[in-house]
Amino acid sequence: MSIFVDDDTRVVVQGITGGEGKFHTEQMIEYGTNVVAGAVPGKGGQEVAGVPVYDTVDQAVEAEDADASVVFVPPAFAGDAVFEALDTDLDLAVAITEGIPTQDMAKVNKRLSEVDTRLIGPNCPGIITPGEAKLGILPGNIFESGDVGLVSRSGTLTYQVVSNLTERGIGQTTAIGIGGDPIIGTSFVDALEAFEADSETKAVVMCGEIGGEDEEQAAKFIAENMDTPVAGFIAGRTAPPGKRMGHAGAIVSGSGTGTAASKIDALNDAGVPVGDTPNEVADYIEDFL
Amino acid sequence: MRLHEYQAKQVFADAGIPVPESHLATTVEEVVEAVSEIGFPAAIKAQVHVGGRGKAGGIKIATSEEEARQYADEILGMDLKGYTVEKVLVEEGVDFENELYVGITMDRGEGEPVAMVSTEGGVDIESVAEETPEAIAREHIDPAFGLHPYQARKVVYDAGIPRGVAGDVASILSTLYDLYESRDASEIEINPVMITADREVVAADAVMNIDEDALFRQPDLAEMEDEAAADELEAKANEYGFDYVRLSGNVGIIGNGAGLVMTTLDLVDHFGGKPANFLDIGGGAKAERVANALDMVFADENVDAVVFNIFGGITRGDEVAKGINEALESFDEIPKKVVVRLAGTNAEEGMEILNTDLVEVESTLEDAVQRAVENAQEAGQ
Repeated sequence: MSIFVDDDTRVVVQGITGGEGKFHTEQMIEYGTNVVAGAVPGKGGQEVAGVPVYDTVDQAVEAEDADASVVFVPPAFAGDAVFEALDTDLDLAVAITEGIPTQDMAKVNKRLSEVDTRLIGPNCPGIITPGEAKLGILPGNIFESGDVGLVSRSGTLTYQVVSNLTERGIGQTTAIGIGGDPIIGTSFVDALEAFEADSETKAVVMCGEIGGEDEEQAAKFIAENMDTPVAGFIAGRTAPPGKRMGHAGAIVSGSGTGTAASKIDALNDAGVPVGDTPNEVADYIEDFL
Repeated sequence: MRLHEYQAKQVFADAGIPVPESHLATTVEEVVEAVSEIGFPAAIKAQVHVGGRGKAGGIKIATSEEEARQYADEILGMDLKGYTVEKVLVEEGVDFENELYVGITMDRGEGEPVAMVSTEGGVDIESVAEETPEAIAREHIDPAFGLHPYQARKVVYDAGIPRGVAGDVASILSTLYDLYESRDASEIEINPVMITADREVVAADAVMNIDEDALFRQPDLAEMEDEAAADELEAKANEYGFDYVRLSGNVGIIGNGAGLVMTTLDLVDHFGGKPANFLDIGGGAKAERVANALDMVFADENVDAVVFNIFGGITRGDEVAKGINEALESFDEIPKKVVVRLAGTNAEEGMEILNTDLVEVESTLEDAVQRAVENAQEAGQ
């Protein structure tokens, strides 16, 4: 089993004619993802990686029966591209783009509450169900099918933890990068809820980082609603307050909220062990299985 | 990106928010000239990006030319929490009866902007928020509609703002929201709004932080970015377009992706070292960018050893390896030992390309960090 995507997912790629869009469409297809269309204004009628391109998402969905989109559109236009995806009644939209202005995302977030589409991202590596489909930029070769779910705010940290799991022969049901921006679609809680409901997910890894209070909310959710064991990792223990560490959300406020310590405490209180290193997280998961 | 007070006040004034008369000065003579136009009392305020300027001696009220000269001499060139004061704002002293707080910021938990108004102005609003949160009235704003006039009135009345000035304060709040939205602010704040004896409402301070991701559509604000005041290396990072933070240790860190770079920092600490910096080369970096990153870290004299940690997704290992080779081949002698760890997309191709005469290679994150910490300890002895 898996959450959110599987080998039936029919994908349209927004921004398929750009460098990253094209490269990763090829990678997704090579992985076995059912990419059925591209959508780029003014590029309708072309073909990229053997996939027909349409001028609008609407046309792509109509012609190819797509039910999910992956957005590889530059930041200035990405908010609009996500609106377009949400306007087409897709089941899922995955926004890879980094650097979308926060106020654009606030507007997207508002619309999101009015539609049934699930958004993952932005500023995220995407989602993968090993052996079935990947929507995004995750390097497929490090993943293996298995029974551990993974949800993370950081892309490269996801890869790191997954490689630690895979090296020990521990595969994954689904891995999701939810993105490091202050306003994102799918949250830790959304992903944890889906993993809890998935009978094949036997344990979950949750990778968080400094900034915001999403990890604290996730800890509360785990304590109250989850039987599936969770192991955690929090990046940014050594981050000084007030400095933005890359991700827009990765900033420790002066008043002590959003620190690594407060997140680790909240998770520990919820019975979630937090590794000092990614390798230790894999140790915990090994113990759970 | 944070604007200086004088820059934010200019933006506010252009939008019709009343601000005191003021002049920017960089020398004692300019301060004296400014006070002769403004009259007394006049505030002399250091223009640096630190909080609590007043307490740190960066704001003084002059009541005579002699005092103005003396304070200007004290403040200009002073070190304020690590920043050298190069500019002061000379401002008309406002005789006030009340001080209010108004501000708008993004409530990331709700994913919506929130307007805040309080009668507890002129003090550290964060401690008010912690100790007496009920003293701050709040109103969430639907980003699709903006701040409705009724909402501006509601939050002003909720805060208990005196009726005689409530309309003016609501109007300032509405203008602030327009600026917040149209100028892509992440935070916009007036603390305090002063109310004078004859019921005039004046913005005595101005805070405006701009969303860095939106600077592409705010070219005039982007020009205000004050690079001169920033750390020299951080200015260089701005130029190269890196996410970079200088820290106090001696292990230079380069990686891709904020989460992995932060993890690398944490591991340096875990293995007994001290990180010298956070440097994220970002996604999809090409060879030139990699070379620039090495250039940056070598330029930091505190760095004794470097760890290069790449887990490729959108970034390709062969590009990174090419960049490392090119950068290091340009040196007759490589200034600091570099440990490289490459994994993920095209990592194998990268490892084949990488010139291992120039760098040490480790295959796991832990081994790479541990090796770099050892190198730094040896070099630092």
